[in-house]
Amino acid sequence: MEILVCVKRVPDTAENEIEVRKDGTDIVRDDLVYSVNEWDNYAVEEAIQIVEKVGGSVTVVTVGDEDSEEVLRREMAMGADNGVLLSDPAFVGSDGKAIAGILKAEIEKGNYNLIFTGAQADDGAGQVGGMLAAMMDVPYASLVNHIEVLDDKKLKVGREIEGGNQEMHEIDLPCVLSIQTGINEPRYVGIRGIRKVASVEIPVHGASDIGIAADAVGAGGAKVKLVDYFMPELGEGAEMLEGSTEEIVDKLIELLKAKGGLK
Amino acid sequence: METALIGPANASVLGIPMVIFSLLIPIVGAAVFAYIIARRLAPLVKAAPDNRFNRWPERIFQVLKIWFVQYRQPRYMVAGVLHIVIFFGFLTLSIQSSSLVVIGIFDGFVFPGLGGVLGHIYNFIKDYAATAVLIACIIAAYRRGILKPERYAVPEKYGHDHTAEAVFVLGLISLLMVSESAFEATLMAAQHQKGLAGEFVAPLTLVWLWKLVFNHTSIEKLQAIHVMSFYIHDLTFFFFLCFLPMGKHFHVITSIFNVLFMRLDRGNVKPVRYGVEDDKLDDLESFGVKKMEDFTWKHILDFYTCADCGRCSDQCPANAVGRPLSPRFISIKGRDKIFKNYPLRGDFLPSQPLIGDIYEEDEIWSCTTCGACEQECPLGIEYIDKIVDLRRGMVDEGMVPQSLQKPLGALEKRGNPWGKMEKKRAEWTKELPEDISVKVLNGKESAETLYFVDSITSYDDRMQDIGRATIKILNAAGIDFGILGPAEKDSGHEVLRFGEEMLFQDLKEHNTEAILESGVSKIVTADPHAYNALKNDYKDLPPVEHISQIILKSINSGAITLKKVEDDTKTYTYHDPCYLGRHNSLYNDPRKVLDAIPGLRRVEMIKCRDRSFCCGGGGLMLFYEPEEEQRMGVLRVEMAKEAGADIMVTACPFCLVNIEDAIKVAGMEGKMEAIDLAELVERHIVK
Repeated sequence: MEILVCVKRVPDTAENEIEVRKDGTDIVRDDLVYSVNEWDNYAVEEAIQIVEKVGGSVTVVTVGDEDSEEVLRREMAMGADNGVLLSDPAFVGSDGKAIAGILKAEIEKGNYNLIFTGAQADDGAGQVGGMLAAMMDVPYASLVNHIEVLDDKKLKVGREIEGGNQEMHEIDLPCVLSIQTGINEPRYVGIRGIRKVASVEIPVHGASDIGIAADAVGAGGAKVKLVDYFMPELGEGAEMLEGSTEEIVDKLIELLKAKGGLK
Repeated sequence: METALIGPANASVLGIPMVIFSLLIPIVGAAVFAYIIARRLAPLVKAAPDNRFNRWPERIFQVLKIWFVQYRQPRYMVAGVLHIVIFFGFLTLSIQSSSLVVIGIFDGFVFPGLGGVLGHIYNFIKDYAATAVLIACIIAAYRRGILKPERYAVPEKYGHDHTAEAVFVLGLISLLMVSESAFEATLMAAQHQKGLAGEFVAPLTLVWLWKLVFNHTSIEKLQAIHVMSFYIHDLTFFFFLCFLPMGKHFHVITSIFNVLFMRLDRGNVKPVRYGVEDDKLDDLESFGVKKMEDFTWKHILDFYTCADCGRCSDQCPANAVGRPLSPRFISIKGRDKIFKNYPLRGDFLPSQPLIGDIYEEDEIWSCTTCGACEQECPLGIEYIDKIVDLRRGMVDEGMVPQSLQKPLGALEKRGNPWGKMEKKRAEWTKELPEDISVKVLNGKESAETLYFVDSITSYDDRMQDIGRATIKILNAAGIDFGILGPAEKDSGHEVLRFGEEMLFQDLKEHNTEAILESGVSKIVTADPHAYNALKNDYKDLPPVEHISQIILKSINSGAITLKKVEDDTKTYTYHDPCYLGRHNSLYNDPRKVLDAIPGLRRVEMIKCRDRSFCCGGGGLMLFYEPEEEQRMGVLRVEMAKEAGADIMVTACPFCLVNIEDAIKVAGMEGKMEAIDLAELVERHIVK
């Protein structure tokens, strides 16, 4: 199984205090720390586990600037065999469709039978996976939380649906799957692991390398434009229950029943 | 001396000279024993290097104290006293047993020097020793077989019960005692009957008892019993010798070596690999212990030496709260695995990863590194280094629970496990009164003393109170101090102990540079984990002190004076933090500080000082989600209640977190209170 996983470098929401810039064009990026998008990390782990079972290789790819190389290295330290950085000044400001187009151009250069994306990114719109599948004209399953390789033509995949229910599908290869967190327990990547892959060469592909017209992507080619960022108004405060533990529990049960949370 | 009976060297049965057996038994016994030991040594040879051939005076002192004087045995009084009796009995009787082996070949042999008065004295003593050993064996067998103290029980998941082996060996020892005395008594009875001079019979000993029995037995029968008991003793002796390396009684042979090579320092962690400097770590192919041979030879010797006494697990807080860890079975499972992989006959088996085979991930993460097990072990077996080495192996393989991955990632990126902003590390000082200024030692300002705050006190709302109290104390004591502020990163104390060696190295390098650049000549901290890290894990730093030491010195010098206790209706108890007490032997200073508050009534909990019970663990342990039935903190709070205390004083921010949580979990809010020593002292300073 030749698996390609699309990953993204995002500001780490757990380790930053996110503030919006006064002009509303972006978040304040001084003092931010970045990491690999959480969903993508699960996707890479899943790919590695599949390859450990059935053989093949895992390639990680990202669209970004030279800083994005660090997330590729982290995923390679985890066990991905290859990394490709798609980077070009022309890519800056691309919308989701353009990103999908760039990824498609790179994917077609290779010979992959399975493509993973994260279900969404911390700073994204959860759109790239679906668009990528449509552009490639291959089947797509979203929010995948279970994968079984049936043979070299078919997978069995599980999807999380409303209310925590599960549905199972058979899907033909090649296909694109967007991976939900919780599908596995991603392995830890230590400093040592990252240092081991520190000197591995990571190819950088620009627009001309993958045959993309520079004006079709980037800010100029974007059909979706970011208009504003703002913090939502704070709503009314939470209701604090008071009294002894027993009283609080009773009140809570009453409230949950009244709102339909308990039957 | 004329003898009434023929000795085994000259006796013959059915025309066969018995001396053949006297020669054969020791030769075969010694050969089999040598073969077994050679096979047992194989894994030690294949194991990782260790650094124990050094500091001989200290090592010999440990042998005298822990092995010879059996210093740690009476910590469990009944078992300890029984063991001491058997141990000294063995030592005493080893001379007699050895000379008996020779007597079987050369009749009337005595060791040089034991021919005269000394020999009579020895005979007198060894008869009492043998009697005492027999009595001790009977009591011990009764304890193991009938009373069955709880700590010897083997939970089902750890395999079969070990009582049979224990009782069998007690039986062997008893047989040695009985046969040796019968051998002696038959001769004495015969001498007596023939009116010949005999050895003085020590009253009320086994020999004395046998002699009463044999006094009217015919010489022929005495002769037969005399020779028979000799060979029973001879055979039992060599059987016992060869049986020792088969199980927990291997300690009879290995204990002296294990104690000789035992860990001499506390609070430290072994390097990833002995002989590899920190800056060469990147060149190592693998980290930590993944398979059996990755353990050092001393750690394998530990496995051999475990006597299965259960004291470690009896003291282990993780075991007490039902976490899947029992240090005793770290050793027993290790030993059983070696026995299986290195059989006495046939090829050695290929080594498999230990995690998933004999050890589980959660088992190894469950340890708080409190050190209670090592403090207790009468054989000098160590656990912390093994646990850390196993964790290093797991980290290297990516086997880290999700609950720990986030804080480790945050430590890497932000230098603290919560992922808080570096620039906000000194925010907590803003709430200090205006008349107290805190210097931030960032190159522009200098101070004599550095207050190393560490992450929890910097970022946790509640623990910041400890930081502010510490600053007020340092200020009141007139100490010229400053903090590193944003230049400080987590000390990495638990990062090291959770096996993320390279991240620890990064944190250590960063802090070392920041501290050395600040130009201070002393370091103080109120966090025992930081204290231990800077003192024992870092190198070449200015001397480090815990705030309790500074407070005591300041009280003694008169720099600070404490007023009468605020609430004299309360009873206080002091909870020893593991990394202040057990790992650094700071037991008295905090207690003296408490006693310096006039009118403060203080009681001790049942587990205190070097038997203190861990609160639940600090650093990354706060993030780990263990399987457990109970919280360690809750057990600790209950101990405080039993002691009659209503205020628990500790001297560690992690202890305070855990104990305050435990008070809530135990539903003892309003009845029990927890406070840090620094906070308590600060409230009592006469301004």
